[in-house]
Amino acid sequence: MNSAAKSKGEIAFHLLGIAAVSIALLALCALLIDIISSGYSKVSLDFITSYPSRRPANAGIAAALVGSLYLMLLTACFSLPLGVGAAVYLEEYATENKFSKLIELNIANLAGVPSIIYGILGLQLFVRYANLERSLLAGAFTMSLLILPIIIIASREAIRRVPDSIRQAAFALGATRWEMIRDQVIPAAFPGIMTGCILAFSRAIGETAPLITLGALTYIAFLPDGLLSPFGALPIQAFNWISRPQAAFHDNAAGAIIILLTVLLSMNIIAVVLRGRFQKKFAT
Amino acid sequence: MRHSVAHNLDIPMINTASSNKQSEQPQSQTSTPCIAVRDLNFYYGDTQALFDISLDIEAGLVTALIGPSGCGKSTFLRTINRMNDLIAGTRHEGEIVVSGHEIYGKKTDLVSLRKKVGMVFQRSNPFPKSIFENVAYGPKIHGTKNKSRLAEIVEKSLLRADLWHEVKDRLGDSALALSGGQQQRLCIARALAVDPEILLMDEPASALDPRSTAKIENLIAELRGDYTIVIVTHNMQQAGRVSDKTAFFCDGKLVEYGDTEAIFTKPQQQQTEDYIRGRFG
Amino acid sequence: MEQVQTISHAGISLAELKEKCIHAIFLFCGCVSIFTTIGIVLVLALEGAFFFQEVPLTEFLFGTEWTPLFFNKSFGILPLVCGTLLTSAVALCVALPLGLIIAIYLSEFASSRARSVLKPTMEVLAGIPTVVYGYFALLYVTPLLQKIFPELLGFNALSPGLVMGIMILPMVASLSEDAIYAVPGSLRQGAYALGAGKLQTIFGVILPAAFGGIAASFILAMSRAVGETMIVAIAAGQQPQLTLNVFEPVETMTAFIVQVSLGDTPHGTLAYRTIFAVGGALFVLTFLLNSLSLWIRGRYQERYTG
Repeated sequence: MNSAAKSKGEIAFHLLGIAAVSIALLALCALLIDIISSGYSKVSLDFITSYPSRRPANAGIAAALVGSLYLMLLTACFSLPLGVGAAVYLEEYATENKFSKLIELNIANLAGVPSIIYGILGLQLFVRYANLERSLLAGAFTMSLLILPIIIIASREAIRRVPDSIRQAAFALGATRWEMIRDQVIPAAFPGIMTGCILAFSRAIGETAPLITLGALTYIAFLPDGLLSPFGALPIQAFNWISRPQAAFHDNAAGAIIILLTVLLSMNIIAVVLRGRFQKKFAT
Repeated sequence: MRHSVAHNLDIPMINTASSNKQSEQPQSQTSTPCIAVRDLNFYYGDTQALFDISLDIEAGLVTALIGPSGCGKSTFLRTINRMNDLIAGTRHEGEIVVSGHEIYGKKTDLVSLRKKVGMVFQRSNPFPKSIFENVAYGPKIHGTKNKSRLAEIVEKSLLRADLWHEVKDRLGDSALALSGGQQQRLCIARALAVDPEILLMDEPASALDPRSTAKIENLIAELRGDYTIVIVTHNMQQAGRVSDKTAFFCDGKLVEYGDTEAIFTKPQQQQTEDYIRGRFG
Repeated sequence: MEQVQTISHAGISLAELKEKCIHAIFLFCGCVSIFTTIGIVLVLALEGAFFFQEVPLTEFLFGTEWTPLFFNKSFGILPLVCGTLLTSAVALCVALPLGLIIAIYLSEFASSRARSVLKPTMEVLAGIPTVVYGYFALLYVTPLLQKIFPELLGFNALSPGLVMGIMILPMVASLSEDAIYAVPGSLRQGAYALGAGKLQTIFGVILPAAFGGIAASFILAMSRAVGETMIVAIAAGQQPQLTLNVFEPVETMTAFIVQVSLGDTPHGTLAYRTIFAVGGALFVLTFLLNSLSLWIRGRYQERYTG
């Protein structure tokens, strides 16, 4: 009698759990279906290769897409070495003391700072003080600072998973600390580092707020031609189209979002493949 | 300056099957201490792990370090190539002289010390790379760049570690695909590839099955004479089988040190006798 | 004690110098994060100082009118704070209960196969750019809600709040699940051994034991909601007002910064400097929340590992 009542409660809670998951999944489905149904007719070669226009039918995302890809590549160039370097420092060099604790705490806190604050930082630091204007370089620097905590945290985890016996073996052969890190730790941790970094880069490619604060342009009829060139970005372009009153532009926004999600999806697939390879490496 | 690798290319291979040669003492080497330890105290933070250790380890012989768990034998082994330095908060008193150099002295170059003193660990720890890369890594960081020279060293080292015939057709395969015993012999080959004088072995067979253990023991017998081998072991029979000299440690102190045969048949100390008879530990 | 990489003291060899340089380079990388924090604080403090020379801090903190872009300027941040808290509250009403239920479901009820499918799917939700959620809130959720509540305005606090809740849901679920997972098995077995049922064990033993970690995830979710920008900038409107009515348009602190950044407010004017004052307030608020969350999590970890 009692146990039957109990199991009823359990069944009820189980159903509650399934309902909660379903709400989340339904929201995801609704979002994807809404965007695809509004935007799929826009996605075409023309859309990808055209520049912004006053007429929604002619407008395209060429400048935004190329700008986003350049931005991501540049961001990767700055944030990867800095982030992995910081992770290596914390895992392989720093002894446990107040200073390393401070760095650690600071990174954890930075990871929670709203992205728009990074935009304000970038605006003053790079756009004004360093006089980079609203350039690709200023955008990439800002994005690098934004994703640095994510890269550091992911890289540290990957480095920590390299067994200590590997380090001992390298030291015992007479490797210096740097040789040990360069030849053993980083190669062994590499797929894990890349997995975390790709997820961080996909965060960078989807970020909008800091670029708005920096003043990335939405109406750009040319491709960036250098590091100091002004640039557009996919999420900015989408935001611009969303904010317009004409419904036709909203479909353009959906089209741009489809492209953005496609880029993100392919990056995530790469990350998953790398993760699989990493797990295989230490399996035996 | 980095040294180029001078390799023992002219050492004849000894057949695995006929390797039981412990009783022949290499005459010329018995008198020269290769490792001389004087009044060594060692601390992990506030805990003292070694007390006033003094002993001479002779060149070309196999010296076994035995004793109950936590007696300091592994700590002692790791002072000889200063692997203990990697642990924060350790310090030492006294001196260790390895072939004429005080290794804790100010001028000691850890790179050349560890090149001279190779080490094999309790659990095999191959790098997650190819078999070839594992063996070639040591010579590479010590300056050997030439590809064919590296290939030569890899072959010789694998031959000496008695692994060559099992892996020669798959040098590019991952080292992690090898069996446990093969991995441990690979680690020995890796240590031999930098041409050390001394080989430290920290319970090299403790994680292996009896067959693989026998192979490692045969290998130690083959390497004897060419290398000074210091081996930590839990296994009394193993110490008896492979070593010329035995040092018995207990509670961080060196209780007794002498010819293996003497230690096992007529130990001078009661503690040693109790341990060997299996009364404690 | 000598470090391994500092081998000799008598004369520095080339190899040693190289190792030291490399150490210094890595140290620099480690310090970049500290420079970033210092940079944020300095930028906000310096520009904020100019702002507070002209606007008294008390007016900023307690004024109830926010019209820095109008001719008659008022600088009371309360309407922005109110908008921020209102949208965040809606988001948390969605994310916290659903997140916790999902965490319990995944850790205690779901089969391992269901887990292996559901967890990555939830990660997808977390990985969608916020501008996409903004689109969803403005052009899908708001029209949908207007069918149910005809009085709902085109810009409102409800729709972006709900969508923001969905966005932070995976974070709450995953962090809470970690906390539940970290509860030692011995506690669980102890409860079962006493004859407790599954629900009794969950609510009587596991959740109280995981309380710290769950609380930390809730606070972090709050910080995320407060700092979230694009969803509210797109769908909540740009009307700073003191209201608790979720059907009305509001403006959050983040949305205001976006508004000024997009507008033609000249650089160097007082109106322009408001973004640093608002940014500073936002930074302080999220910093406090993040620190609190980290502190709770740190204390909580000590309990089971120390």
